[in-house]
Amino acid sequence: MAELLDEMEGRADGADPTQGDLDIQNYTINFGPQHPAAHGVLRMVMELDGEIIERVDPHVGLLHRGTEKLIEHKTYLQALPYFDRLDYCSPLAQEYSYVLAIEKLLDLEVPERAQYLRVLFAELTRICNHMLNIGAHVMDVGAMTPNIWVFEIREQCLEFFERASGARMHSAWFRPGGVHQDVPLKLLTDIADFLDTFPKLFEDAMSLVVDNRIFKQRNVDIATVSKDDAIKWGFSGPMIRGSGIAWDLRKSQPYDVYDRMDFEIPVGTRGDCYDRFMVRVEEVRQSARIMRQCLQQMPEGPIASTDRKIVPPKRGEMKQSMEALIHHFKLYTEGFHVPAGEVYVATESPKGEFGVFLVSDGSNKPYRCKIRPTAFSHLQAMDFMCKGHMLPDATAILGAIDVVFGECDR
Amino acid sequence: MGHKAPAIADRPNAAQDIAARLGKDLLETIDAFDELAFVVQRDAIADVLQILRDEFDYQQLVEIAGVDYPERAERFDVCYHLLSLTANHRIRVKISTDEDTPVPSVTHIWPVAGWLEREVFDMFGVIFDGNTDLRRILTDYGFKGHPFRKDFPLSGHVEMRYSEEAKRVVYEPVQLAQDFRNFDFMSPWEGADYVLPGDEKVAGEKVNGEKSDNGKSGGGK
Repeated sequence: MAELLDEMEGRADGADPTQGDLDIQNYTINFGPQHPAAHGVLRMVMELDGEIIERVDPHVGLLHRGTEKLIEHKTYLQALPYFDRLDYCSPLAQEYSYVLAIEKLLDLEVPERAQYLRVLFAELTRICNHMLNIGAHVMDVGAMTPNIWVFEIREQCLEFFERASGARMHSAWFRPGGVHQDVPLKLLTDIADFLDTFPKLFEDAMSLVVDNRIFKQRNVDIATVSKDDAIKWGFSGPMIRGSGIAWDLRKSQPYDVYDRMDFEIPVGTRGDCYDRFMVRVEEVRQSARIMRQCLQQMPEGPIASTDRKIVPPKRGEMKQSMEALIHHFKLYTEGFHVPAGEVYVATESPKGEFGVFLVSDGSNKPYRCKIRPTAFSHLQAMDFMCKGHMLPDATAILGAIDVVFGECDR
Repeated sequence: MGHKAPAIADRPNAAQDIAARLGKDLLETIDAFDELAFVVQRDAIADVLQILRDEFDYQQLVEIAGVDYPERAERFDVCYHLLSLTANHRIRVKISTDEDTPVPSVTHIWPVAGWLEREVFDMFGVIFDGNTDLRRILTDYGFKGHPFRKDFPLSGHVEMRYSEEAKRVVYEPVQLAQDFRNFDFMSPWEGADYVLPGDEKVAGEKVNGEKSDNGKSGGGK
């Protein structure tokens, strides 16, 4: 700095540098907290040697809302909508872990139709989430058009959520014991039509990207993660599959009717950003496959458990029957009680293993609800993944992690 | 057939084998809801997890969760969730500690433990001995207290706003526009530990002003 000042004041000559002028120090920059490629509020303190990243220190928590503390002060049912607001790109996938955890503690049986509906909409959520991530990832490395195309698909998915639950994003549609409301037949046929039509637009958009020279230059061999590293850094979801480990909770620890579904687990070969991207692209196709099977196999029947001590009766019934009225009142004020105990339930959310560690003390409120976010461990690995790469690669790496801060910070 | 939560593969004899290997470090084995949990000695946690990783194939540390039981002498539980990718099995290892006693860090076994321990430290104030980077992680820069302790109020202690006079964000003590309403909807036979209006006459003498916070519940105002 002193040399620079000397030069500006004319005391030294920049064209004829002395020895000291050649010493270049690493410098530290702030990536974020407000940065369009940070996918939210992430502050990364980066130490750069020229344009090479030497060290990254991600500062998370800027979106911390104390969800777990809030949940402790709500009944089990009141706590459910908080899960939509964690990973707001795949709301239903978060509710899934939570309702399964409650059902496990209660040992509650869920009717078949509800199980199929939940799998159907969980997979729709996966498509919806991947559309956002794939679009954002290609935009982070410079492509604009595919993003706009896949957002069209995402918009269609959100319309389906709206028709099922009344809300485009924060559905609160999965409930302990089933789902909140049945879906009309027309919605299911429309989803079937969507499954026939969206692949064309999706494949068109992907054809612009997957063999694109610029896209490959920005992603291939960027942030290569070996199998060992992926395991010890706690990776899950597309991140661990991108590293070549065929680990998918839908296959290995199936919940609801996933054990009846026929689908493949895509894995990467090199463990770089390109592999993670391609794993997601293939997962979209597999999700569509699962959804078709759900639509074919879905039986008629109740959409929620008929255990009236846990699932409230519908409004129409409540207006007719005294007993239903009592149940309705009790469940929406006191709520149901959950036997004391601890369970850890993890499902395969679009971003990886999303777990809920639920500690119940036998009352109507969770004693402790620890949420296991996916992005937390992935972001922690930013330092070793970025090391030695260029500054613009950081956005590609971040895009391939698929990070959403509502979930990371809770 | 009951619930349809994720089906974890059966691992026969896992409980006995692990118990035999851990020996005196193991305090208790809990087998509930199809999930295995081991309560172990606090000081032995690093060795135990190393054994579980190397000899019992629990390759991945998924989560470290803190739980607060303020009425206990060692008020905190720290729960390590392990996952075996090869045996497709999950277990939980628990230790207990208090505010002052440090817990050995496991960052040398799994680097992912770094942030997970930081989170437990931030939220509960559990100290991890050997974690070289034990900074706060989720709360604000300069935050005081440990918010997930049961004695930390839900509203927190400070709130912030942008001050036009100071031209910066300022922190102020929390002022609630209305009382914090913690409704107790439990049925009077199990939840209520307050005196219902009129009940004081049963005791023969009037209880003077003895009305706990819970006494406001149910009424709404």
